[in-house]
Amino acid sequence: MHNTGQILNGSEIFFECLRRENVEYIFGYPGGSLLKVYETLHDIEDIRHILVRHEQGATHMAEGYARATGKPGVVLVTSGPGATNTVTGIANAYMDSSPIVVFTGQVPSSLIGNDAFQEADIVGITRPITKHNFLVKDVRELAITIRKAFYLATTGRPGPVVVDMPKDVLAATCPFEWPETVEIRGFKPTFKCHKNQVEKAAHKIAKAKRPLLYVGGGVITAEASEELRTLAVRYNIPVTMTLQGLGAFPGNHPLSMGMLGMHGTYWANQSVNNCDLLIAVGARFDDRVTGKIDAFATQAYKIHNDIDPTNVDKNIKVDLPIVGDSKDFLATLLEEMPEKTEGHESWLAEIEKWRKKCPLSYSLEPDSLKTEFVIEEVSKETAGNAVVVTDVGQHQMWTSQFYTFMNPRSIISSGGLGTMGYGLPAAIGAAFGITDRPVVLFCGDGGFMMNIQELVTAVYNRIPVKIFLINNSYLGMVRQWQELFHKEKYSFTDLGDSNPDFVKLAEAFGCKALMADNPENAKKAIKIALDYNEGPVLVDCRVVRKDMVFPMVPAGGAISDMLLARLNPKTMV
Amino acid sequence: MKHIISVLVENRFGSLNRVAAMFSARGFNLESISIGETEDPEISRMTIVTRGDDQIINQVLKQLNRLIDTIKVTDLTRQPHVERELLLMTLKLSKSTQHEIFELINVFKGKVVDIKQKSITIEVIGSPDKINTSIDIFKPYGIKELARSGVVAIHRGE
Repeated sequence: MHNTGQILNGSEIFFECLRRENVEYIFGYPGGSLLKVYETLHDIEDIRHILVRHEQGATHMAEGYARATGKPGVVLVTSGPGATNTVTGIANAYMDSSPIVVFTGQVPSSLIGNDAFQEADIVGITRPITKHNFLVKDVRELAITIRKAFYLATTGRPGPVVVDMPKDVLAATCPFEWPETVEIRGFKPTFKCHKNQVEKAAHKIAKAKRPLLYVGGGVITAEASEELRTLAVRYNIPVTMTLQGLGAFPGNHPLSMGMLGMHGTYWANQSVNNCDLLIAVGARFDDRVTGKIDAFATQAYKIHNDIDPTNVDKNIKVDLPIVGDSKDFLATLLEEMPEKTEGHESWLAEIEKWRKKCPLSYSLEPDSLKTEFVIEEVSKETAGNAVVVTDVGQHQMWTSQFYTFMNPRSIISSGGLGTMGYGLPAAIGAAFGITDRPVVLFCGDGGFMMNIQELVTAVYNRIPVKIFLINNSYLGMVRQWQELFHKEKYSFTDLGDSNPDFVKLAEAFGCKALMADNPENAKKAIKIALDYNEGPVLVDCRVVRKDMVFPMVPAGGAISDMLLARLNPKTMV
Repeated sequence: MKHIISVLVENRFGSLNRVAAMFSARGFNLESISIGETEDPEISRMTIVTRGDDQIINQVLKQLNRLIDTIKVTDLTRQPHVERELLLMTLKLSKSTQHEIFELINVFKGKVVDIKQKSITIEVIGSPDKINTSIDIFKPYGIKELARSGVVAIHRGE
């Protein structure tokens, strides 16, 4: 630890700042413009650098770490290709509001703009996919910029921040100054909700006959699950969650409706359609949630709490906007609510009818394996307490349906951007942050291949991530759309002839690997995988090939009109 | 409806780009944008002319506010304000037209900034409406080149 006032070079200042931001891990990859940084890093012991195998992996790992722990994830990559490789991960973190800080090396200041070797205008490239970004032009600006970067990434609605550091700035020296406070005049997020608005909300909730809580990732970010639970249980209000909101309310509670939207539960979507009061908390009315806008919650008075004012009235016009932190909103609301309201028994009974009419179900056959079964078994075996990471596609939607999430910060999934290849590195990042709960990854065979190189990172660091490869040798979700909406033209979605032997592949990486192709051997493999903690373990789950996720709202359709099964896809209910 | 939005931003490289890029990324209409330093050299004022219904303008204002480099965002449209634009225009000049051109310059309270044998460069300052009208009126005489500054606007004092 260096003192303030000491003369340090840019690289030393960089690590000194990370120390003061309590950074435990850096996910990085060295390169030409960062040689000075890696020279300094060589003798640093209190911050662990995790060497990834592709810079995209580093950004997803940082995000997985951030989502699992609530702390910002840190990435360090070199200029040019190193920087451009982070773009997908940054865009993903932006869409899902995850706090990551990405440090990129840059060519020396004097060469910027000259098409120098390994030069890319990463500040220009990432401008629309970051909360903010910086180019540090003077070593004396480095510490304050890093301070601002962490502050911006983690304050208000979290998001990714990029700090671009030219090579000469990292070598130049100046006295180290650590700014204890940070003041950014253009950034003043509203935490405290407007009291009159919350009073109005309380009044509306107290009078509602058919209220529904619609809860998103904002509740998890704000760590407001306790308040949410108190509100729902005390006033008997059912809760439906977005993909990012799962776990905000215990999935096994009778008031939990599960997920809503395109692959949400039938009863959640019917509840949205029939409620007279919709209380949206930390959610953004994403198109995968709303379906057809004009048909969304048409009978409901809509209250919307979000910390980002741009989310309010963006997709859906609401009746009562309440900008502010979701924890403050829910806590103030609890103070403003009367002691008792009516119990909504008939409303809950109605929901129960929908639940019974179209429950989530699947058929189990002794000699074939269903994804739903694998997920449900893992859910049972981990008692809903694992940190569950997914990739993107059918398995992701089945995870939302068949894993019973009991705690916040339990689902880590690429929601907004829908990034295939996210799962494996995100799971590894999560497992660096969380060591007292199992970290489970459900990943399709398509997405797994997109960042498979990170299996090395998991093996080398003995990361006990449990990989359930949901292997149907198809790009299953695309195949599903091809079957339902594109004349069964299965264009380039069949991977059956080209997939590798995943067990052998994993073993070549030094990863323990098992195969399962029926419920019985899957059960055994799941137990083995969950008990194995020496490093990563992969279970190649050879699931039935042409399964489809239901229920489903066709793109652009009203969420009340769900396809319930494949046999007669035109039947709406 | 047309809106004039005044934005105070940090006077740093990239601020203009952030604002302009936000408009294109979110599909907002951007009719004109102008920027210049204010009395505080650390702050620039941008004047943006855009169009949209209330819901869109509301989003524009919020998205502008959301940018870290913006310090203050004001929709001047429904407030007392002054707006001006500068037009520089080079016209063909001939013996037969010069008299009329000079008269019209007076009508628009314009100024001659340069004159050559066969061309004349003039400036006109005024509201965008006045600038549009003056362009229409001068068009028949042959416009060789023109440049518009975009609107700058400010609150009327109290």
